Amino acid sequence: MSENAWNEERLAGLLRMLKPAPQGWVEAAAKLPRFRAVLDDLVERAEADAAFRAALIADLEAVLAREGVEPTPRLVAALRSRLA
Amino acid sequence: MERFSRYVFAIAVQGFRLSEHDAEDVFQEVFARTYERLDKLRDDSAVRPWIAQLTRNLCVDRLRETARVEPAEDVEPGATDETLAELDLALTVREALESLGEPCSGLLDRFFCRDESYRTIGEGLELPPGTIASRISRCLVKMRERLEGRNDGAAPSGVR
Repeated sequence: MSENAWNEERLAGLLRMLKPAPQGWVEAAAKLPRFRAVLDDLVERAEADAAFRAALIADLEAVLAREGVEPTPRLVAALRSRLA
Repeated sequence: MERFSRYVFAIAVQGFRLSEHDAEDVFQEVFARTYERLDKLRDDSAVRPWIAQLTRNLCVDRLRETARVEPAEDVEPGATDETLAELDLALTVREALESLGEPCSGLLDRFFCRDESYRTIGEGLELPPGTIASRISRCLVKMRERLEGRNDGAAPSGVR
């Protein structure tokens, strides 16, 4: 590598390329493991209990809210997909 | 996730020029799948290329879904590949920055990545702007030394 391969201007340009992702995206992604655990639990209960499954499908948003997670459209769609 | 959030964001937005909505979908999907595979990705050196490839694949899928397979008119052929190579290099530099620790990592991040001025940074640290400029310059030198010391072939031929 030449001596000036990592010159200051070049380094500055590369550093500028990686701006922070939007905070909301990062926060949402950080919650994914918990959301996944909640979905896993709901699906497992739905598979074991027909009445619970019917109630769940009837109002996905309410059940998610009761589980303490915000029923975002993305989360509701993921749960609906897993119950299909 | 802290380590790769900027990289994934940049690939989606700068590399593939996805809309904000599509980029967010890709961003969340990348980390959802990464969490699922985390136990199989214990080899640290495998995580970075895995995430890079996954992000690229999801971006391409998203472009296809939205019937935007062809690059926008103002994007030159090969420009995406070139940008992705640059972003990969940028991540190497980012990792070098983080390895410096404070105060250098914070100073460089605030100035270059968060676009804070010497004056703004200096106000928080109760230092004059000239001192901040000097420190940033010294930190860049340290980072360059760190990168040159890697000697692991991390700098591709694109390094100018």
